[in-house]
Amino acid sequence: MASSQPARKKRAAAAQLALLPMAITVLGVYIGTVLWSVRISFSSSKIFPKNDFVGFSQYERLFATERWTVSLHNIAIFGVLFILACMVLGFFLAVFLDQHVRGENVLRTIFLYPYAMSFVATGLVWQWMLNPGLGIQAAVRNLGFPEFQFDWIVNQDKVIYTLVVAAVWQASGLVMAVLLAGLRGIDESLWNAARIDGVPRWRYYLSVVLPQLGPAFGTSFVLLAVGVVKVYDVVVAMTLGGPGNASEVPAKFIMDNLFTRANVGLASAASTVMLLTVLALLVPWWYARSVQSRKLGHS
Amino acid sequence: MSAVVERITPPVAAPVQRKAARRKSHFTPARLGLYALLVSSAAFFLLPLYVMLVTSLKPMEEIRLGQLFALPLNATFEPWVQAWSLACTGLECRGIQVGFWNSVWIVVPSTIASIFFGALNGYALSFWRVRGAGWLFGVLMFGAFVPYQVMIYPLVRTLATVNLFGTLGGIVLIHTVFGMPVMTLLFRNYYAGVPIELFKAARIDGGGFWRIFFQLMLPMSLPIIAVAVIMQVTNIWNDFLLGLVFAGRDNLPMTVQLNNVINTTTGERLYNVNMAATMLTSALPLAVYLISGRWFLRGITAGAVKG
Repeated sequence: MASSQPARKKRAAAAQLALLPMAITVLGVYIGTVLWSVRISFSSSKIFPKNDFVGFSQYERLFATERWTVSLHNIAIFGVLFILACMVLGFFLAVFLDQHVRGENVLRTIFLYPYAMSFVATGLVWQWMLNPGLGIQAAVRNLGFPEFQFDWIVNQDKVIYTLVVAAVWQASGLVMAVLLAGLRGIDESLWNAARIDGVPRWRYYLSVVLPQLGPAFGTSFVLLAVGVVKVYDVVVAMTLGGPGNASEVPAKFIMDNLFTRANVGLASAASTVMLLTVLALLVPWWYARSVQSRKLGHS
Repeated sequence: MSAVVERITPPVAAPVQRKAARRKSHFTPARLGLYALLVSSAAFFLLPLYVMLVTSLKPMEEIRLGQLFALPLNATFEPWVQAWSLACTGLECRGIQVGFWNSVWIVVPSTIASIFFGALNGYALSFWRVRGAGWLFGVLMFGAFVPYQVMIYPLVRTLATVNLFGTLGGIVLIHTVFGMPVMTLLFRNYYAGVPIELFKAARIDGGGFWRIFFQLMLPMSLPIIAVAVIMQVTNIWNDFLLGLVFAGRDNLPMTVQLNNVINTTTGERLYNVNMAATMLTSALPLAVYLISGRWFLRGITAGAVKG
């Protein structure tokens, strides 16, 4: 045979060399930094990391900090509303676009373009639009409704909803795109069979289409959920956590404590909590997918 | 209503005729309602873009009138000029053009590097047996979900130790590293669709690891490289957090400069300049989006459907 044993091993060595950056990245960055962060969270580090061990005291301090508990509260409200609204709006947009409408390409371009913009730009535009003195509230009042109120962005109780609106505007197009791709993968003959049986179109969508979109919904949910945990840019741009601490979110809390307030130990504890939350979301999903793919006989 | 109409229409046998019947639009109330909903949704999505554009073309006197949706009476490009070359981004007041070029300097090398490594990893994982590679890939995929905040501080310390913190090289390295999961996934899925016989034939012809990669696989990957370029250019250009932390004061990307211009001004806020600056920052990714069209969509669904 032309290929001798030593030659085959050499080629494998080339592959190993090629994968070295990936190995370094996985071990050094993705595993190493996480372990390092967790280690710091068990120390009393302030500006510089200290090598001591203080047990869970940083975590206790963390949950006694009002800004942190407010941020958790906010991210929960934001997460639920954002994901729900995106899924519902994205689903309806996808269904509407699936009805063979004229100008489908133009409409799809319009629904998805916000996703091409940066979160900072989105936050800044919506901050401007929701400006009570010069934005939507003022414009509607000038149209002849002097009692109209839309000052959510400076209202401590309602500011979180402004973040939801801006984020839903940005991300529903993504859900629509994923669901539309899923819809297009559904066999048209199913609709013809249902139609002959006299099933109305909305009923067809409810009973036939929705179950088949399960994986697409799952993918959208995970994408959105991961985005929720990471949400930072839009808060910094739109409200800076304000008014006061009313729109504080965990990601911003961590960044502030890492850099501005020089509370590295506390911030590391917070980021460990964030990581555990993400894991808690992901592990069930992965498990469900691997069970499903094993059932379908995929490798 | 439409269900009744469609039931009365006899189911036509020939597929060609069925297609023609579907293309004809029925002006039923349900159909009109559908278009109404679609158009109002489109209006919701287009509204901020319209407001951005209109605000950026008004002089400040008109903005103070509080007519957010009105078209400009005395349209002017002065805010755009000011945003580009005069706005204050922290210590200097040379406009947001500084950020534009910084972003270009960041995006180009980062895109090239992250795509190269993604392709290399995807190729090695698809066609070669390396011990532990499957496990590494699994952890890499998991890494894509880890929030940046967990990894930032250790990375800052590491980069500072090798004198790369706050430098262009540092931010490019960071983007390459964080882009690796999605890029590797993208290329691995693509190469999974390449027939193994092609690879085996190349091996029999005497091709080694690198030769097959550069002379066979890469040239074959142009479609997926196009998708990857679109994804990376958009994501890296729009990045804020990583640029804020790792780029250093001399290399701050446009998104960071934009936030500086708008949220850290003293005195009267020039909303028209702010909106002009926002449009300038969004111009490149929007242009990429509009030009790439279907490819952008492919990027989303390819990255979203994790195989």
